[in-house]
Formats: sequence, C-alpha cells, structure tokens
Amino acid sequence: MIRVVLPPHLRTLAKVSGDVELEVTGTPTQRSVLDALEARYPMLLGTIRDHVTQQRRPFLRFFACEGDLSHESPDAPLPDAVASGTEPFFIIGAIAGG
Amino acid sequence: MSSVRVLVGTRKGAFILTSDGKREKWEVSGPHFAGWEMYHLKGSPVDPNRIYASQCSGWFGQMIQRSNDGGKTWDPVGNKFVYDGVAGTHQWYDGTPHPWEFKRVWHLEPSLTDPDSVYAGIEDAALFHSTDGGVNWQELPGLRGHGSGPHWTPGAGGMCLHTIILDPGNPQRIYIAISAAGAFRTDDGGKTWKPINRGLHSLHIPNPTAEVGHCVHHVAMHKSRPNTLFMQKHWDVMRSDNAGDSWQEVSGNLPTDFGFAIDIHAHEPDTIYVVPIKSDSEHFPLDGKLRVYRSRTGGNEWEPLTKGLPQSDCYVNVLRDAMAVDTLDSCGVYFGTTGGQVYASADAGDSWAPVVRDLPGVLSVEVQTLS
Repeated sequence: MIRVVLPPHLRTLAKVSGDVELEVTGTPTQRSVLDALEARYPMLLGTIRDHVTQQRRPFLRFFACEGDLSHESPDAPLPDAVASGTEPFFIIGAIAGG
Repeated sequence: MSSVRVLVGTRKGAFILTSDGKREKWEVSGPHFAGWEMYHLKGSPVDPNRIYASQCSGWFGQMIQRSNDGGKTWDPVGNKFVYDGVAGTHQWYDGTPHPWEFKRVWHLEPSLTDPDSVYAGIEDAALFHSTDGGVNWQELPGLRGHGSGPHWTPGAGGMCLHTIILDPGNPQRIYIAISAAGAFRTDDGGKTWKPINRGLHSLHIPNPTAEVGHCVHHVAMHKSRPNTLFMQKHWDVMRSDNAGDSWQEVSGNLPTDFGFAIDIHAHEPDTIYVVPIKSDSEHFPLDGKLRVYRSRTGGNEWEPLTKGLPQSDCYVNVLRDAMAVDTLDSCGVYFGTTGGQVYASADAGDSWAPVVRDLPGVLSVEVQTLS
C-alpha cells in the first residue's frame, strides 16, 4: 500500500481528505504510482504531469524520506519505506512567486 | 418573476451574484474553486443550469468545470487540449519562431442550440470544440492553419484567443479575435477562416494596415443584427456593418479610445458601452475617474456615465471579458474591475451601484437572465 500526500488544491479537486492510499503492482516507481493515482482520480490527469509528454509540471516536486525525488527517473524504484507504506510519497506545490 | 445570475471569474476563484429582477438586493456565493484563476464562466443559452468554467493555475494547469444545476455543484470534465497534428511555430516577441504551447483557456462559448456543445478559445491561440459537454476537446485546425499563423505574435498578455461570437442566424458563421493577430471569420463551420481586419490601423506594427497582427481587445455583436460588429481595439473603437469585411473608426468624442471591454444594449443594437482606459502604458481610467461611455448612435457620439461610479482616485482596469448585459426590459449592465469591484446598473447605465467591492481582481463577468 503506497501512501500519497497531495497538495490542498489537488485534494479539493479529487474530493478527498487526508492521504490517498494506492495499491501498486510490482516495484513502485514514480510512474506506476502516478498511473495508479490518475486511474483512481481521473480528474487529476494533466494536473501533475503533462497529458502528452508525461513530464512533471514545472512547479510541482516529488519528495519522500526527506529527499527530493523530482529529478529522478520516473522509472526508478521508490525508496523501500515508500514501497512498504511506512513513509508517504509527497506531491508538493513548489513555493514560487515569492 | 425574472431574476439575474452574474458569473464572476477572478484571480482567486469564482463568485456567483444573484438578484431578482429589481437588481437592488444581491446574494453572493463563493469563492468557488478558491485560490484558482477563473478566466471565464458562461452559461448555455438553451439550458441556463448548464454552466462551463475555465479554472487554471500556474502549478496545476488547466481544468474545465461544468455545473448542471446553475452553479450549485460542479464537476471537472476534460482538460486535454492537444493541438491537431504537428503544432508548428508562431512568431515570438523577438521575431524568432516559437513552438505553439497550450497555456490556458481564456474564453468558453456555449452553443446557441445544444448545451453539450461548447467552444474554447485558448492561449497559445487556437479554437477548440467539445460536443460532449466539455469531456473531449478537438481543435478546429483551419484557424491556425490559415497561412498567416506562423506570423502571429503574442500581445503583452500572451497570444490568446479571447473572443468567440456565434452568429445566431447562420450556424456556419463564427467570429473570433486574437491578441495580437486580429479578427477572423469562418463561413463554413470552422473549416476555413479569413482575416477580417481591413480598415484597422495599428501604429504598433510595422505595417499599420497589415492583414494580420492587430491587437484586437474585444468584439461585440447584437443578436438581432449579426452583420454589425463593434470592436475595442488596443487603440480605437471600430464598427463593421458587413460582417467584418471592412471597419470604420467610431471613437468620436471619447476622451481616450484605448480600452478592453465593449458591449451592446440588449434591446437597442445601436447603444454601445465602453470603458475608456488612459493608455497602453497606464492601464487605468483617465484622471482617476471611472466612467463608462455610452453611444446611442452606434458610435462617434459618446456620453460619460458617472452616477454611482468613483470620480476621484480610481486606478483600476476593466478587462476585456469583464462587461456584460442582461435582457430584462430595463437593460442591466455589469462590469468588474481589477480592484475587485463589480458594478451593476439596472437602468442601462444611467446609474450604478457596486454589488461587491472587495473581490480578487475580476477577470470576467457574464450574466444570465432567468425567468
């Protein structure tokens, strides 16, 4: 079970409160977690990564285990603590614009 | 009894203002989509409970929201705006080719006959259409495919398609306007387009009378006279009586003919409203006086409307989609400001009163007249 923490605006959009829990088959990666997230909440399509290029939107960041995973490969395995559900996968709205 | 519902898009959410036909007491609901930029909300002419809204954010991109109950509840629908085929390039500020990139939806125009049909004007400029209530969107590529497309350039606010006018008498005819390419018309339902900028004169482009490149700010049409168009250009207020084939300036005695918004009285097709703004470098009213100007003669002769509007120390702007009229017997006129005020007049502009004073900056105002 993967725990995902969404920024407040995306929680509102997805009509959820608190963390989102997702089942991901195989070794979880950014891509497989986001695929599962978008499959459960299709209204989030296009809000985290571009519809066509699948690139992370510029002002979003992916954090986990006190590290910034934003520039990791989307197919790199996520840390064991995220895969086991001990630590959440954070989707963060970057502080931009002052 | 009739009532009105005013749909207000702001930089930090949407607000819905409602009143009975007297338009004296108002209820305010919102913010809807708090914290998001709400570029435009508009209701279907054939089903007023169906409302579309453009919601966007620098962080999370574009959403389209749809309500089926007059704005009480909303659901996100489709937000996938992908240019048809190879996107190609347009001209960037420095003259170099720049890839066409989707940024946001500026304007939503529901069909005059089908509540599930809606058009979207986007930045970078293109026209999209949905026939399933906003779930799926397809570009009408003939517009960008017009031979001039690679030469279109952004205005200061971006290269946005901000005006969509559907001809009530001819479903094949659509007018659109782009900053800073100009106005275009299709007579075949969007397959092919022609620029309709003859008569425009713009000193900010190398050839002031070029076929394209004009910074058209907004265009208005009265449904009873679809061949007559009124335009607020970057500078100049213009009029066409032949569906845009040619234009004449009707700025007349306006104190400044720069501005963004323009609209037409619901029952008097020669009564026009503009809000003159000092200049393109000073986006606020002349002399700190917020004045709507009305022409009852289709242009050239204008009168200031000041009763109830601030006449000193006012330095707000009124953006292109931030003025609208209702269709009650005594036509109501509404506009919103970048200072967060929404003003209403229940007597065709003779007098004004603020409905709200302290909203976030207003991006758009639309009105639904409900029976």
